[in-house]
Amino acid sequence: MPRPDRARRPGFALGQRISTAEFLAIAALVFIVVGASWYVVTVTGLVGRLFLPSPAQVVSRLAELAASGDLVTDVSISIYRISLGFLISTVVALPVGILIGSYRRWEAAIEPFVDFIRYMPVVAFVPLSILWAGTGDLQKLLIIFIGTFFQQVLLLMDNVKSVPRDFINLGRTLQMPEWRILQRIVLPSALPAIWDSMRISLGWAWTWLVVAELVAATSGLGYRITTAQRYFQTDLIFGYLLILGILGLATDQVMKYASRRLFRYLHAR
Amino acid sequence: MPVDKLLISGLGKTFRSERGVTVALEGVDLAIGENEFVALVGTSGCGKSTLLSIAAGLDSQDEGSIAIDGEPIVAPGLDRGVVFQSYTLLPWLTTLENVEFALKAAGKTAREAREIAQAHLELVGLQGFEKAFPSELSGGMKQRVAIARALSYRPKMLLMDEPFGALDALTRHHMQELLTGIWEKHRLTVLFITHDVEEAVYLSDRVAVMTNRPGRIKTVVDIDLPRPRHYEMAASPEFQRLHRAVLDAIRSESLVAAALQAALA
Repeated sequence: MPRPDRARRPGFALGQRISTAEFLAIAALVFIVVGASWYVVTVTGLVGRLFLPSPAQVVSRLAELAASGDLVTDVSISIYRISLGFLISTVVALPVGILIGSYRRWEAAIEPFVDFIRYMPVVAFVPLSILWAGTGDLQKLLIIFIGTFFQQVLLLMDNVKSVPRDFINLGRTLQMPEWRILQRIVLPSALPAIWDSMRISLGWAWTWLVVAELVAATSGLGYRITTAQRYFQTDLIFGYLLILGILGLATDQVMKYASRRLFRYLHAR
Repeated sequence: MPVDKLLISGLGKTFRSERGVTVALEGVDLAIGENEFVALVGTSGCGKSTLLSIAAGLDSQDEGSIAIDGEPIVAPGLDRGVVFQSYTLLPWLTTLENVEFALKAAGKTAREAREIAQAHLELVGLQGFEKAFPSELSGGMKQRVAIARALSYRPKMLLMDEPFGALDALTRHHMQELLTGIWEKHRLTVLFITHDVEEAVYLSDRVAVMTNRPGRIKTVVDIDLPRPRHYEMAASPEFQRLHRAVLDAIRSESLVAAALQAALA
């Protein structure tokens, strides 16, 4: 009897498609397994409460903070900062990225320099940012900007560069002026990829927000985590980490969904 | 004596890179008459696409001249419609909008553009697909839209760069029949690049065979097959003879190239 083709056995074929239901079930299962393990480890006393609080502890701590209004305040101020910081970074990065993706001279002027700054650890800018901008919102925005902008510029440059050469040639054969080719062909063509770059860089922006709030802040999710550390409130730290995870997952899913809606034409079939 | 629509004389193009100097074209002479269909065949890398690029105004020559209606070609223009091998349909626009896009660039009003686009989609047999996005179309359909688009703004001539090269054999035959049909009805000057000898013979009035590096016109074969053309002709002795003549010219060329390479090695 011939041996079954390896590629036909479930789980072995590269890039094999699965149903949305199966996808969601597997994803949910991982959450459940990790959550259950967490529960078991804490209930059996395998790990001390100080190091790993039980799910129940975390939930009750979060409920407490929700009742006092602190949770909402912390989440809102952090969302406000990341929204504004990310918006500023994106608004500046878009023209720069498009410019250096379209013109080699601008690329020569900006790309190596951006690459140079990009490799400087953002964390190392925190002391400087406090010196320059104090400990208010401006300093948080500055850190988000430094952490996000330089990455975004390079991603955007690549997005613009990967517009097919023939698309631009099409515009030329139609005698369209260069700026119009940029506006009517290059930008719409790069848009789905640009959207994806925004989604990816938003994830990093969350990290820089919390970094900024951990070091010098009087409000926000990161600030609350730092104070919790002082009082050994491990349950609070866990609770806020969970919230950060949920916020990140939620924004990512929203952006993915929006992408599918906005760029439906790409997979209309 | 027919008037020359496109006149190429002594055309030369050299590419310089770190890896060395490549003479892509050297002393290319070719004249295409008004409403003549000329195919340019040659092995891959012989410079035929470079020649088309220069004719489209997307690239420039180093030597010689190229002119359309006596006007030197120095830039791309709406007087030449270009069909690329890669379809180049804008994915965010529907079939109809893709054709309208060109017409609006050519200065037509929205209403005119709609009417003309509609008519040209019908010409290529795509009525009913106006609202489809390119991602919903097959390769052959995409190329039909691209042809409709290139014809829509009434260029003086059509430049086609291996337009059916990416299609499967069956679709390619359909597209060849479609193109011949349209051409025989509407007559237009066409420069058609291909490496498919049968395709070249079937479609053209004349087939120009290009040499390999440096690219040069080796010979031009007159295709005196009657029109309208139809596919049964491919089996006729006359078709076979012409096919053979073109193939021999290319074959001796690739033999020379191989011998040259062997001698250099």
